[in-house]
Amino acid sequence: MRTIRCVCASVVVAGALVGLPVPADAQENVQALRQGIDQLRREFDAMQQDYGQRLAALEAKLAAAEAATPATPAPPPAVSQAATTAQPTPTQPTAQIPPGAEGAGGPSGALPVYGAAVGAGSKVFNPDIAVIGDFLGSAGHNEVNPGSPLELHESEASFQAVVDPYARADFFISFGQEGVEVEEGYLTFTALPGGLLTKVGKMRAAFGKVNTMHNHILPWTDRPLVTENLVGGEEGISDAGISVARLISNPWFFLEATGQVFAGNSGDLFHADDRTDLTYVAHLRGYHDITEDSNLDFGFSFAHGNSPSAAAAEPQHLKADLYGIDATYRWRPLQRSIYRSFIGRGEWVWTRREVEPDLFATPRGMYVSGDYQFARRWTAGARYDRSQSLTSGDDYDTGGAAVLTFRPSEFSQVRGQYRHISYVNAPAANEFLFQFQFSIGAHGAHPF
Amino acid sequence: MVPIPSKKGFAGFTGFERFERFERFMMKRTLIFVVAAFLIAASASAQSKLNVVTSTEDLASIAREVGGDRIAVESIARGYQDPHFVEAKPSFILKLQKTDLLIVVGRELEIGWLPPLIQQSRNSKIQPGANGYLDASLTASILEIPTGQLTRAMGDVHPQGNPHYWLDPENGKRVAKAIGEKLGQLRPNDQAYFDQRLGDFSSRLDAAQKRWLEQLAPYKGTKIVTYHRSFPNFAERFGLVIVGYVEPRPGIPPTPQHTLDLINEMKRQNIKLILVEPYFDSKTPNAIGRDTGAQVLTMPPSVGGVKEVTDYFKLFDYDINLVVGAIKQSGAGK
Repeated sequence: MRTIRCVCASVVVAGALVGLPVPADAQENVQALRQGIDQLRREFDAMQQDYGQRLAALEAKLAAAEAATPATPAPPPAVSQAATTAQPTPTQPTAQIPPGAEGAGGPSGALPVYGAAVGAGSKVFNPDIAVIGDFLGSAGHNEVNPGSPLELHESEASFQAVVDPYARADFFISFGQEGVEVEEGYLTFTALPGGLLTKVGKMRAAFGKVNTMHNHILPWTDRPLVTENLVGGEEGISDAGISVARLISNPWFFLEATGQVFAGNSGDLFHADDRTDLTYVAHLRGYHDITEDSNLDFGFSFAHGNSPSAAAAEPQHLKADLYGIDATYRWRPLQRSIYRSFIGRGEWVWTRREVEPDLFATPRGMYVSGDYQFARRWTAGARYDRSQSLTSGDDYDTGGAAVLTFRPSEFSQVRGQYRHISYVNAPAANEFLFQFQFSIGAHGAHPF
Repeated sequence: MVPIPSKKGFAGFTGFERFERFERFMMKRTLIFVVAAFLIAASASAQSKLNVVTSTEDLASIAREVGGDRIAVESIARGYQDPHFVEAKPSFILKLQKTDLLIVVGRELEIGWLPPLIQQSRNSKIQPGANGYLDASLTASILEIPTGQLTRAMGDVHPQGNPHYWLDPENGKRVAKAIGEKLGQLRPNDQAYFDQRLGDFSSRLDAAQKRWLEQLAPYKGTKIVTYHRSFPNFAERFGLVIVGYVEPRPGIPPTPQHTLDLINEMKRQNIKLILVEPYFDSKTPNAIGRDTGAQVLTMPPSVGGVKEVTDYFKLFDYDINLVVGAIKQSGAGK
C-alpha cells in the first residue's frame, strides 16, 4: 500500500509541475486544472482498485501455499540419550541417501530434511569438499632451490563424489604460488567387467611411490632429491591420460599391474613434439603381509616419453626412458596402532635421456627413509638422498634430512625439517624448513 | 596347413575333408562340454557358500549366527584394534574382490579406510548402493546424534550418531534381522534356513539379555567413566550412567587440564569405575585411578577384543561379569 501512496504522491507532484508553466489567465485555467486533477484522481482510483485486487489475489495464493507446507520446519530432535526407537529422527522428514554416497565418504542412514518439501535434499548430492592448506617456511642457504622464507606453498581444494552406479569422480585443484592448476581430475570406473580398474582424466602417474603422492601426505616438507633431479620435481609425471589396473591372481601375494597412456606433457620431464609423442607408464605392484603387524610393498615402474627438444631447434623427437624400483616396509602393531608405527621406504630410479639425437645421458639416483611414530601425535624421521642430474656427469648430489612431525589432530600437523644437500655444481645447502598443514571439510580417505 | 590334393566330391568336399571337418566339430564340442562342465562346477561351488565380509568381528559373529554353514564369514578389523583406524591394506582388496556380501557398521565408523578398499575391489556387487552392500546401522537404534552446528572443534564427532551401537543386544537382534533378510534376498533357496537360525538366535539372545539385566539390576544407576564414547548403548541398556570421558573430546588424547577436571568430578561424585578399550593407552586412566581410588577395567567393546571373547554372547558375558565383579569389589554400586 505504501508503494501505491508514493506513486500517487509523485504523480500529483509531477502533474503540479506540468501545470506550473501556465502563468496567465489563471481564472480560466483553474477550471481546466481542476478538471485535469479530477481526471487524474479517477485514474488513480482505478489504479488503486486494480492494485488492490492484484494484492488480494497474491495474498490468497500465499496463504494457500502456506497451508500446503508446514508453517515452520520441524524442530530438530533433542539429543537422543534416551531414544529407543529404531529410527533416529522419526519426527522429521528424511531423505534417501544417494546410492554410493557413503563409500565415497558421504553420509549414510536416513538424513534429516531441513526446510521440508520443495528442492530439499539436493545438497545431499553435493560432492565432498575439502581444502588443505600447506604453509611452508624456510631458513638457511640454498642456491639451487631457493624457496621463499614464508609462503602459502599450496592450497588444495578437493571435490569428490560418486557420479552414478558405475563411476566416481575426484578433482584436486591446486592453488599454488604460480597460479591455479588442476592437480588431478579423473573419473574412476569401479565396476568394469574383467576386474579392470579404469581411470580417465588428468592424474599423477603410477611411477614409484612419491610420484603418486599429493604434497600433504608426504612424510617430509619437500620431495627427495632424486624426484627433483630426475622425476619432474613437485609436479612429477602428471598428465592427461587413461589408466587401467588389473589384479593378477596368484596364491602367494597381492599383485597389481597398471598400464597408463598420457598425452605426453609433464613439466620439463616430457614434452610432446606432436600428437604421436605419447607418454607410457607401466607399474607392477606387489604386496605381502609378513605378519598381522608388518608388511612389505614393492614395485617396478617404467616410463617412456618424449624429451623436450633443445630450444629453437626443430622438433627432434628425443626419447626418455625411466626405470624405477620402490620398496616399503611397514610395521604397525594392531592393538597399539594409534600409538606406534614405523615406515621404511626406498626408491631407486635409472633414466636414459636423449639429450641430442643419438646422444644419451643416463643419470640415476635413490633415496631411503624411515619414519617412526613414537607417540600418538609424534613422528620422527630421516632420509638419505643420492642422485645424479642431467648436468652432474658421473658425480652425485647427496643429501640428508631429519624430520619431526606433530599432529594435534587428524586434521592438522606441524613439521620441522633440517636438510643438508651437497651439490656437484653448487655450494652445499643447509636449511631449516617448517610447515603447517591443515585440512577443513571432508577429504576422502587415501589409498594405502 | 598343406592342402590335400584331391578331387572335389559332394558339396565341394572330398570324403577325407568331410571326415576332418566332422572330427574338428567333435573336438570343438568336447571342448565346449569341458568348459561348460567347469563353469557348472564353478557355479556349484560358488552356490555352496556365500562369501560374506564384515568390517568388524561383532558383525561377523552375528552374521555367523544367522548364516550358519551356508556362508563363509571374515572380518577385516580385529576386535582388539581401534575400528576407526584400520589400515586399508591391499590384502583386504583381494578379500573384497571375491565378496558376495559386505556388511558395514556404518555411521562413518569406517570412513577412514573402507571407501578406498571398496573402490579398488573391482567388485560391483559390494559397491555402496549395490545389492551386496549392507549398512547394519540402518535398522539399529542410534544414540548421540548431534544436533545444531557441527565443527571439528568438537573433536572427531560422528555426524550421524554414535557408531558403537552393537553393544546393545536389542540392536544385535535388529542387525541380525537385517542380515537375515539380506541373506535371504541373495540366496532365496536358503530363506527358511536363515529364518530358522534368526529365530533361534533372537530367542537365545532374549534369554541371555534377561540374565544380563538381572545380573546388573542391583547396580542400576552406577556411575562410570569411559575412555572413548564406545559404551553409550551398553550403559543405556544395562542402567549404567556415564559421567565423563578420559578423552577431552572424541579422538583427542587426554590433556592435563581435562584429566584434573575429571579427577575432581570423579571425587565429587564418588565414581569408582573407569572402562578402557583394549587399544587405548592405560597410562592416563591408571593415573586417574590411583588418584581417585577407581578401578581401571580393560573392557573390550568388540568380539575378539580379548582372547576369551569369541562371539557376540561372550562379549556381553565377559563385559558384564567384569563390571559386576568390579562394582562388588569396590562397593561403588552402593
